[in-house]
Amino acid sequence: MEQFTFPKSIAGVVLLLPSFPPSWVFAKVLDLTLGRITGSLAPLHGKHIAIHVRDLGLYLYFTVDAGKFTPIHSVSVPDLSVSATLQDFYLLATRKEDPDTLFFSRRLMVDGDTELGLVAKNTLDALELPKFTPAMLAPKNVMAHMRSHLFKR
Amino acid sequence: MSLELVCPAGSLPALKAAVDNGADCVYIGFRGNTNARAFAGLNFDLPAAGEAVRYAHARGKKVLLALNTYPQAATWQRWQQAVDHAAEAGVDAIILADAGLMRYACRTYPELRLHLSVQGSATNYEAINFYHEHFGIQRAVLPRVLSLTQVEQLLKHTPVEIELFGFGGLCVMVEGRCMLSSYVTGESPNTAGVCSPAKAVRWQQTRQGLESRLNGVLLDRYAASENAGYPTLCKGRFEVSGETYYAIEEPASLNTLELIPSMLHMGISAIKIEGRQRSPVYVEQVTRVWRAAIDSAMRNTENYAVDPAWMMQLNKLAEGQQNTLGAYHRPWK
Repeated sequence: MEQFTFPKSIAGVVLLLPSFPPSWVFAKVLDLTLGRITGSLAPLHGKHIAIHVRDLGLYLYFTVDAGKFTPIHSVSVPDLSVSATLQDFYLLATRKEDPDTLFFSRRLMVDGDTELGLVAKNTLDALELPKFTPAMLAPKNVMAHMRSHLFKR
Repeated sequence: MSLELVCPAGSLPALKAAVDNGADCVYIGFRGNTNARAFAGLNFDLPAAGEAVRYAHARGKKVLLALNTYPQAATWQRWQQAVDHAAEAGVDAIILADAGLMRYACRTYPELRLHLSVQGSATNYEAINFYHEHFGIQRAVLPRVLSLTQVEQLLKHTPVEIELFGFGGLCVMVEGRCMLSSYVTGESPNTAGVCSPAKAVRWQQTRQGLESRLNGVLLDRYAASENAGYPTLCKGRFEVSGETYYAIEEPASLNTLELIPSMLHMGISAIKIEGRQRSPVYVEQVTRVWRAAIDSAMRNTENYAVDPAWMMQLNKLAEGQQNTLGAYHRPWK
């Protein structure tokens, strides 16, 4: 597959925007897709995690505990930082590319506590399908998920 | 004439990917340090191993369980219990390196098939036959140090089935005898189940490039255009007499697609793919290529040729992104 990256000018603009609103949305997306496995991410609980979408210049910060993912404000040295282009994150999320392969070719970068990175990678790899699909993020599915959460409470 | 394709799995999705894409056997490990891929979050607990066996058996495939680290005196129970759990899960064979564990397994579960792990480091038929006579070992995985001519010679003098590595990351190939990481971390594959314990590994982007460190020791520094490798001591670049280079070995991946006809001809029983630490995508892609290659060689050994598309796919996945025939190809004697 041809590699796609956003033009550099986009990253320049996005960098000027605050990171909390996208981090908030991202934490909600994580809850929607991975909320059921927060328990098995125990070594990551309370850690500051950064996702850097390199070509968009977008930084997302969050933490996780036994129940949910929570957005946090930017931190100077996250415990774990993962960066790649939007396309490569998509390929990883849909299980079309192998993380080690992307790592060898420098398309995926992991900074910080390597063991935390491995826990995240291996826990995600061990997840049984349904795979993540973009359809899960369709407004009606997101609303349905939020409704089910509200109803539970 | 048959040649089993033995594929790795570190999780249930990886096992299913292997089975669905043409593996004859899938090898797995339990969580913890009873096997040589003891990484956090990787591997199978007992219920997952049971599910793995059910999935594979329902499709006529086998599950092998690697129990290939060396039991430690203080925690012998852990290894013994792993043998018990393997028997309980109903795996088709366990892959062992330690003679004490072999004795326990063959006495306690005489029906359980035993394979000799590459970590057993048996490179000659006398050693392999010893394990066969004393513990009923039925298959041996050969360390990656023998030339194909030596393998052929060995095969003539043993009743034990022989399994060869076909694809995957290479190391310094003193399997079962490597203490290199102990030098820096106090842990080695034999005792702790990993070359580079993840807790001792740090990756850091610096002005000079991407640095990998093991317990503080600089292993390598990659320029922006360079491929990275696994952070192991054997694959680092070090300064020796004023020159910085791969002082032990250059990262490379074994790829023996072109040797399949020779392996069939000499009576190799199985080809093993390395990589239990890799993702289900890797397992799926590698298994598919090797299934196609073995099927092609079985259909017509005389006219077998390596499809360039197979090589392209495997090279993309390989560590170091270069491949070699390793010791198998060694014209000199």
